[in-house]
Amino acid sequence: MADQIHYQSVRQMSDALLAKDISVIELADAHFERIEQIDDRVGSYLAVTPERAREQATTAQASIDSGNVTPLTGVPMQLKDNLATRGIPTTCSSLMLENFVPPYDSTVTASLANTGAILLGKGNMDEFAMGSSTETSAYKLTRNPWDLSRVPGGSSGGPAAAVAGGLAPYSLGSDTGGSIRQPASFCGIVGLKPTYGLVSRFGLIAFASSLDQIGPLTRTVEDAALVMNAIAGPDTNDSTSILRPVIDYSIGLKDGVKGLRIGVVPEYFGEGIDPQVAQLTRKAIQQLEFLGAEVSEVSLPNSKAALAVYYILAPSECSANLARYDGVKFGFSTHDAPNMMAALEATREGGFGTEVKRRMMMGTYALSSGYYDAYYKKAQQVRTLIRREFDAAFEKVDVLITPTTPTTAFKLGEIQDPVVMHANDVCTVPANIAGIPGISIPCGAINGLPVGLQILGPHLSEATLLRTAYAYEQSTSWHAQHPTI
Amino acid sequence: MTDQLQRLTEDEVRRVAKLCRIGLSDEEIERLRGEMTSLIAEVSVLQSINTIGIEPTGHAVEEVHSVMRDDTPRIALSVVDVLSNAPRREGDYFRVPAVMDNGEG
Repeated sequence: MADQIHYQSVRQMSDALLAKDISVIELADAHFERIEQIDDRVGSYLAVTPERAREQATTAQASIDSGNVTPLTGVPMQLKDNLATRGIPTTCSSLMLENFVPPYDSTVTASLANTGAILLGKGNMDEFAMGSSTETSAYKLTRNPWDLSRVPGGSSGGPAAAVAGGLAPYSLGSDTGGSIRQPASFCGIVGLKPTYGLVSRFGLIAFASSLDQIGPLTRTVEDAALVMNAIAGPDTNDSTSILRPVIDYSIGLKDGVKGLRIGVVPEYFGEGIDPQVAQLTRKAIQQLEFLGAEVSEVSLPNSKAALAVYYILAPSECSANLARYDGVKFGFSTHDAPNMMAALEATREGGFGTEVKRRMMMGTYALSSGYYDAYYKKAQQVRTLIRREFDAAFEKVDVLITPTTPTTAFKLGEIQDPVVMHANDVCTVPANIAGIPGISIPCGAINGLPVGLQILGPHLSEATLLRTAYAYEQSTSWHAQHPTI
Repeated sequence: MTDQLQRLTEDEVRRVAKLCRIGLSDEEIERLRGEMTSLIAEVSVLQSINTIGIEPTGHAVEEVHSVMRDDTPRIALSVVDVLSNAPRREGDYFRVPAVMDNGEG
């Protein structure tokens, strides 16, 4: 059993637990064994948590034995290391938080624990989620399970590699400009960025507060729906939470796409997009058309500006959010500074890595006196234009389909220039700017490297995105293919 | 675009570093002069977009409103928990370096 179980879906693992084919602890141990065997090559975990898993397994097994379960009860999972876990170090892949042990759980950590999920460990990431390759982690490199010489994407590279490599059936990541969808695309799995405000961010270490959102990375579309059922919903601890009752995302999943209106945006298929990626995306759209969807072209001319908007808003907001790292209340601290100013400068010089410093500097520049109107305010105004453009598009179509990334996964160390690295996010950032949901699902491969398809919809259209993704997934076999490690 | 922009001066980078409370080596400052110049060029495409009369958007989801709870006491983190990650403490207090030293505070 343990040999084949690593690539089963959450649903299949849950069924095996309910049928008593395997116990909760055996399932968790099978994962710990695999982590032990291959994660020194993949590098998807920063830390494993067998003691916590053992405690949780006892409770979950009791729930299963008494029949009080959800599909996540007893199923193991990983959390990106920017999600607070009480009593378990949460580093954000930064030296700044090397010794930080949160005194509380994030809301999503608690929600999953309450439903009987088993924590395997914490996933590697770009430092403070700033990056597109997980190479800015202060601790380790993560490798793409499909080709160990390549990046897994980022910033949720650890979660994506873990799920793709059979090291966890699902993980939670965060997506500020594509950090769930881009690594999901590079690693050939499913990644969903929900509508801004749908999943509580209490206990998510903040990067850019008007853009950050938590979501699932899974191997199947149905699993993404099951995880959403556990984490979506209002939270009084998050002042930006949408006050709507929770819905069941698995209802309607299998209703198909007959009559669904799909918009194809020419701006997402042009310059900078690998022609083979564009071709596979178009082929997937044809497949959905074959399944009954209606396809038309929709233009979003301001899409090109989204990247510039993002690279003003995100650094600006991060420079404000990361002001809290002062070496006083928690985190890295220098011990020999003569005064507060010197202590702050030395603490932040020693605790932050190159990419984080660069973004904080850019953000501080954009917000500084004399530049605010030209950069931050201008970006917020263009944000309004981008949002309106999406609103207008969604009056004509139900969803938009685009490539998730311009290329397949690149080599470790291949991209050094930050401006070139940013181009990776060109298809994913518009969703964060407009606050809309987006899902990436596998739609093929080029030279053995996965290609992802992105489906975007209006605010709170997750059920439609999942239904579209499910229809495509079930008519293809990409999700059934796994890397050999 | 880069051609049209003057490289940031060392003083400009140092001014931003001061505002940002980040210590930087001379080498880092030199590198940031170039990188920040390219990044500013990257985002300068926005200047060509007409935004006269357009309201800025803070965040894009209309249903997101600040959630206010009743102002009633409730259980919060304990003093032990709050201080558990303090780099330096004295009793139940965080210990900080001198704030008013050298007129730099």
